[in-house]
Formats: sequence, structure tokens, C-alpha cells
Amino acid sequence: MTDRTTLLVDPAPTPTTPRRRGGRWFSRDLLGVVPFFLFVAVFLVIPTLVVVIGSFGGTGGGVTLDNLAALGDDYIVDAFLRSIALSAVTAMLGAIFGALLAYAVVTGRPDGVVRRAVTAACGVLAQFGGVTLAFAFIATLGLSGFVTVFLRDQVGIDIYSGGVWLFDLPGLVLVYTYFQIPLMVIVFLPALDGIRPQWREAAESLGGSTWYYWRRVAGPLLAPAFLGATLLLFANAFSAYATAAALVSQGSPIVPLQIRSALTSEVILGRENIGKAMALGMVVVVAVVMWLYAVLQRRTSRWLD
Amino acid sequence: MAGLVRRRVRRQRILRWVVVTVLGVFFLLPLFAMLEFTTRGAGGTLTAETWRTFFDWRQLGETYPVLWAGMKASFGLVILSVLLTLLLLVPTVVWVRLRLPRLRRTVEFICLLPLTIPAIVLVVGLAPVYAWVVYFVGGSSLTLTFAYTILALPFAYRAIDAGLSAIDVRTLTEAARGLGAGWATVMWRVVLPNMRSAVLSAAFITVALVLGEFTIASLLNRQNLQVAIDQLGKSSATMSIAVSLAALVLAFVLLLLLSFAGRGLRRRQREGSAS
Repeated sequence: MTDRTTLLVDPAPTPTTPRRRGGRWFSRDLLGVVPFFLFVAVFLVIPTLVVVIGSFGGTGGGVTLDNLAALGDDYIVDAFLRSIALSAVTAMLGAIFGALLAYAVVTGRPDGVVRRAVTAACGVLAQFGGVTLAFAFIATLGLSGFVTVFLRDQVGIDIYSGGVWLFDLPGLVLVYTYFQIPLMVIVFLPALDGIRPQWREAAESLGGSTWYYWRRVAGPLLAPAFLGATLLLFANAFSAYATAAALVSQGSPIVPLQIRSALTSEVILGRENIGKAMALGMVVVVAVVMWLYAVLQRRTSRWLD
Repeated sequence: MAGLVRRRVRRQRILRWVVVTVLGVFFLLPLFAMLEFTTRGAGGTLTAETWRTFFDWRQLGETYPVLWAGMKASFGLVILSVLLTLLLLVPTVVWVRLRLPRLRRTVEFICLLPLTIPAIVLVVGLAPVYAWVVYFVGGSSLTLTFAYTILALPFAYRAIDAGLSAIDVRTLTEAARGLGAGWATVMWRVVLPNMRSAVLSAAFITVALVLGEFTIASLLNRQNLQVAIDQLGKSSATMSIAVSLAALVLAFVLLLLLSFAGRGLRRRQREGSAS
């Protein structure tokens, strides 16, 4: 972020590297990017600063660490732990099944209808919004949902004999997996496309078995891409809000819902900025994950581009 | 060797069918359940009542004013967000590539930044900013355009950047400038027609994103399609499920069109009839 502001204010090239046409202090060319930077400053940088500064802001002004200290409260720690567990579980489920589906798609014809339809469907389900998916599952597994009713009337199994789990964490795991698998397909397909058939042929002509090929050739090549995609899935689930907001009926088990209640409910005196502190906590988690993702991405592109 | 390859191809085919079938059931079951739920009549009969209401727009507007308002807001937001995203991004990215190559990494970094900032976090920081937006332009739901443009930046940037990389902008613009064209002409008549499919895909992604957005609209107390679906779910589950299904199908068709549009445009450009 400092990078950006310095570049904006001081466009001169660093003196050590001679540039084309030397070092002008101000060029009219910069005017062309002013609208973009202004817009981004107002609607991206300021909101980010509001969160960061607000996290350290006291009730009556002044700097305080109280908000961050409140992140240690039991209910917030629990929410973070549940959020992380939910994201990790659905990221792993999504990564495994998504990779299988991507492999199935990639071994088919490259320009076939199946691939086109699967990719488009994955795009919709992965990115198109949690509220619709929440309602899809209410229609499927809600109290009068299709599967619930079918199993109860035709098979005689009551899936809710142990309590209604759809509107709580187990339900979230299910619905999150439903949008994580498609995201994995989208993210992982390019890596699988990068695998050349010649490598397999080479392994086979040298006498390697299928198992040997996967363990010694394709496995190590795909591992960074697979791990990176899993991290991306984790960040995706961790940031998700809509599904949980539409599905969870009681309480605020995960961080995004805690932030909602901090935003919408009457604030307790002296705790106005707790929501901002939780938001900052989320940014930190996501930033760490995305940084790891970028590192793995660089490793992947060495081979599979 | 040939036997080995044949065996592998057969095994791959079996694996492919197993995976596609199992996951296909997992993914299609909820969609089918939505259809079943919305056509369920009294006493196990089928009824098209919900869908008849859904397609009779006047009645829909009267019976579900919330839904109608949400659809209208989302429709306006789609158009405004696509326009703002393209107007903001295309000239900037082209300009940076041509005249300010040193800013390229900065612009890329900024554009990808929203990926690391969850919408729920952005909304926390946007609340005070929107107090000012209300002060200057009013509290209409259409003001969400600003926030949605930020959300669309990473995806739109990638599409436009990829489109720009595929053509030789520098040569094209130098040729046009050399023949006496101004920057506006260069942008409108030279660069844009050459990256039509990239601009199109950026627009499509923005459309899908705006149609699916819930977090910011809901927490800033604005109205849009997803907020309406959520509100409706409390009173009329059947109708909100019908709208959900329709929205999913619409988005699917949109993305499928996108995958064909990109290809079709490229082909037409090769044949030289698109200019």
C-alpha cells in the first residue's frame, strides 16, 4: 500500500536506474490514471483504512488496544476457530472431489460439450452467490424438502431424528462443499491442462507403472497447484457470508455472522469497534493464506505453463 | 505398449463416468429438488401455479412488491456497474500499458486487492463512506454500483489484461497516431474493436457478480435481487426458491453464452468481417 501512495505522489524514477527520457518529475500522462486512482482511493483504500484505524480506535477517540484484546474473548475465539475449521474441512473436501472432477473433465475431449457445460455450471455455482444455494438446499433437505420427504415417506428414514442440522454448522459444511467443488474445478483445470501426455508416455516407455507415474511424475508436478488451490478454497470459504446469513437461523457461529451482529445490533457501550477488529482479524487470516497461495503459484508456473 | 495404452484409456473412461455420475447427482439433486418444490401441489399433485405467477410480471409485481423492487434494482445495478467498470478500467489499463508501464504492477496489485478483502470486511469500512454517498447522491439502491465496481475489479482486470496481451497495442496505436488519429479515436476505433471479446467477458463476469451479490446490499440496507430472495424466504419459501432457480439458470445460460461468444468473436475477427 505504501508503494501505491509513493508512486502516486512521486512519479520520478529511482535515481539508480536510468529510464527512457531521463527523470521527469511530473508527466501529463499521469492525468490519464487520476480517475481510476481517485475511485479506488475512495471506495477501496478508505474503507480498508477505516477498518484498520477503527480497530485501534477507542470509544471517545484516542488509540487503544482494547478492541484487539477483545478478540481474545471466548465467543470471538470460538467463532474464529469454527470459521477456520469450517473453511479447512470444506476446502479439503472441495479440493479432493474438485480435483477428481477436473481430471474427469480433462481426460475427455478438450473442446467437447461436456467440458463447456461443466465449466459454465462450475462458474455459476462457484461464484454466483450463496443465498440461492441456501434456498436450493432448503428445497432439498429442509423440513419439507424433496429428499427429506422422500426418505421419510418412502424409505422410512428421518434424517433429522438427531435434531435439524441443516441450519447449523453441518448444514454449512454441506452447502459450502457444494460451491467449493466447482471453484476447485475452475482453479485446477489449467494446471491439469499443463500436464503433457508425453510425460506419461515417457514414463511408460521406460517401464513405469501408472502408480509410479502418479507418485514420481504427475504427483510432484501437481502438488503445488493442488495445495495452492486448496488455500484459495480456504480463503473463499472463510470470506463467505451470504450462505451462512441465509441459512443459519440461530446465533452467530462463524466470524462473518459475528461481524453482522456487531454491525446491526445495538452496540454495547465501548464496544463499537469490535466489528472492525474482527474484520481486521479476517483480513490478516486471508492475507496470510493468499500470500502462501502466491508463493505456491510461482512454483507451479515454473513447470505447468 | 498398445495394450497398455488401451487399458489405460478404458480405465480413464470408467473413472470419468463414475466421477461424473456421482458428482452429477450431488450437483443436480438440489436443482431438481428446487423444481419439485416449486411445482408441488396439494396432496402430491403437480402444479404450475408458482411459475405462472412468476412469468406474469404484473401479478408478480402486485403480489411480491419486495421481489419486484429487488429485480428492478438489480437490473439497474447490472447496467450501471458494467458501464462504470468498463469506463474506469479499459482506458486506465490501456493508458498504463502505453504510457505508464512502470505503474502496471501497481494497477495490477490494486485491482487484485479486493480478492484479499472479503466483502463482509469491505462493508464494515464502506459504511462511513456510504454516509457521504447518501449525502451527495442520495440513498438509492443504485449507489451500490460503486461498491460492485470494486468487487468486479479483479475479474474484469484479468479479462481485460489478457485481452490486451493478445494484441500488439503499441504498434496499433502508433500506426493510428501516425495517421493523425487523436487518443479518443485510437481508443474507440482501434483498441476497443480489437479487444472486443475481452471487454465482453469482463462485462459478463460483472453481470454475474452483480446478480449474485448479497453481502453488501444486505448490510447497507439496500435492495437487490438476492436481498429480496432472502426476505421473501421468510414469508413465501416457494416463490423465493422459484426465483433462486430462475436466477441460477439465467447465470448458467449467461456463462455458457460467454464461452461461445469468446470463441465466436475470435473466429469472426480472423475472417475479417468484424471491425
